[in-house]
Amino acid sequence: MNIAKKTKEKLDGNNFLLMITILLFFALYLAGMFAFHEKGFGKPQVFLNLFISNAGLLIAAAGMTMVLITGGIDISIGSVIGMTCMLLAWMMEKKGISAGASIVIVLIVGTVFGLVQGFLIAYLKIQPFIVTLAGMFFARGMTAIISKDMITITNETFLRMAGEKINFNFITTYNKKGMAIHPYIYVSVIIAIIVFILIFLFLKYTKFGRSIYAVGGNEQSALLMGLNVRRIKLRVYVMNGFLAALAGFVFCLNSSGGFVEQARGFEMEAIASSVIGGTLLTGGVGNVIGSLFGVLIKGTIESIITFQGTLSSWWTKIAIAALLCFFIVMQSLFAAVKKKK
Amino acid sequence: MNRKKIKHITKYRLFWPIVCLILVLLFNLIKTPTFFKVSINSNGVLYGYIIDIINRSSELIILAVGMTLCVASSAGTDISVGATMAVAGAVCCSILGSGEAYNAPYFVGILGALLVAVLCGAWNGFLVAKLKIQPMVATLILFTAGRGIAQLITGGNILYIKVDNFKYLGSTLPHVPVPTPIFVAIGVVILTYLLLKKTALNMYIQSVGINSKASRLLGLNSTLIIFLTYMFCGLCAGIAGVIATSRIYSIDANNVGLNLELDAILAVALGGNSLGGGKFSLAGSVIGAITIQALSTSLYAMGVSADQLPVYKAVVVILIVTLQSPEFKKFVNHQKQKRVEKIGEKVA
Repeated sequence: MNIAKKTKEKLDGNNFLLMITILLFFALYLAGMFAFHEKGFGKPQVFLNLFISNAGLLIAAAGMTMVLITGGIDISIGSVIGMTCMLLAWMMEKKGISAGASIVIVLIVGTVFGLVQGFLIAYLKIQPFIVTLAGMFFARGMTAIISKDMITITNETFLRMAGEKINFNFITTYNKKGMAIHPYIYVSVIIAIIVFILIFLFLKYTKFGRSIYAVGGNEQSALLMGLNVRRIKLRVYVMNGFLAALAGFVFCLNSSGGFVEQARGFEMEAIASSVIGGTLLTGGVGNVIGSLFGVLIKGTIESIITFQGTLSSWWTKIAIAALLCFFIVMQSLFAAVKKKK
Repeated sequence: MNRKKIKHITKYRLFWPIVCLILVLLFNLIKTPTFFKVSINSNGVLYGYIIDIINRSSELIILAVGMTLCVASSAGTDISVGATMAVAGAVCCSILGSGEAYNAPYFVGILGALLVAVLCGAWNGFLVAKLKIQPMVATLILFTAGRGIAQLITGGNILYIKVDNFKYLGSTLPHVPVPTPIFVAIGVVILTYLLLKKTALNMYIQSVGINSKASRLLGLNSTLIIFLTYMFCGLCAGIAGVIATSRIYSIDANNVGLNLELDAILAVALGGNSLGGGKFSLAGSVIGAITIQALSTSLYAMGVSADQLPVYKAVVVILIVTLQSPEFKKFVNHQKQKRVEKIGEKVA
């Protein structure tokens, strides 16, 4: 009896939404496997491709989840990613700086960017939306100031890093089609997954991680509890800036170049992934695991549309919006039910 | 006495927005002495920097008017207006068709576009007012889907309208020296102003924005009021979309109104309106919209390219919101007090 009650409690509201998200992902994926079986949707590589093409988004979504939990928002990350790619390409190609140094510089730039935004949001109490809106403009404009033309990266170290395949030799048997092919992932995926695990652990088990939830749940109470709300917010934005730059680096590993319009609208994808994963935009509730599935769902829809072949690319947008709508409405219904209780 | 007067003026709501606009204009005057010169070109149309700024800011003004009401009533922003513009434009062009003559009468195309835009607004309003979803999140749905839907309507193509009188709305009517968008923008502003002032809507929106629960207890239907403001915002986006389409007499679903939602929100914020809802000033938003366009035009005149423009915009925005932020004002006041105390100590 007690256990049943406990499980019921656990499944309540947001956990239930997370369950739906996870189930939906499997349902979508299975549907894809059934529908496009002969085209090879069931291959392990297709699954791994979800991670390969969305490695940058994974990191960005993890950072975004953190910011959303505090009750804030950061719409600058798409531009920061664009700027990071451009800066990397420019430093390596035009200035001849080594790959390692460029990466470090880019990460520092991202962190400083986050620091400035965080200061304005946490200490001057300007709305996050406005500050990061300005940040978005600024980063996108800076990208154009660095270079208006596309720069392709030819730096050997960087390309080696980008092209380094990590083969899963043990799954050969599944994948025989004349020749033996091993499914593979790139370094970018490893980075993304490590970051994801770190943030999951950080949010769940560290004091600072828990205080982020407290601030998002109710800022006033957090303040009265003795938490330094300002500093916590500042730190979250700094971390998010760093993660955005890291996402940019990972994104650049995939695209190997920089151009002005790169990663436009990326922030909305990150927000959508987080929301589909059960993060509440009012703050206080959220989980990076959900965001992971949010990203995977988005990737699955994209690959289903690619496999289908005749659907135009804009159907991705419409499908994601429909999903977003579904989850947002569900969230609000749950919130309403909770209030009634 | 004098100081009191100055203080009185600076306390005036529109003081800072107007100062910003004047600063931008002054800067222009120094840079280009012919800035305020207005002349008539060979087509009998007025031209000059000032006319250009007002003409180009028409869509932004219309959007800002709608956005102001949204912000005031629900303390949230409608980020889907750019996408709604694209949808409205797409509907208009697909109804009229790209033949030598219209497929349907002109006004049907316009009405259809506006109707769809109002529907978009109603959808947002339903989510925000009825389901009580955070405005930014609710409008995120249409923001994501809008351009997709617009492309669906146009079939992914750029539709051109070949009939000449389609251009009138975006450029000038024959024998009228002032660009048409200016008239439309002025019309929208005046009608909205009258609607707000002649009815109690003004009060209602502000009261709902300040405290929607209290307003409901007072007997106001807050849900309906918030819903209406979003519908109105949709309508404004539709008008702006039709103008933008007419300007280029074609619909490019991916680019019409791109990033204009951000400019509209900025216009509202620059106009001295709190994004936290409640009290609002329509005039402020209009001034904000013109300021943004003036800034863009003057930067273009200085040879800044369109791609690089956002950097300067961002810096200006951050400066302005920092100056307006209560925390910053507190800090300045604190410093002032310190100085006064120091002087007091010296005297003592």
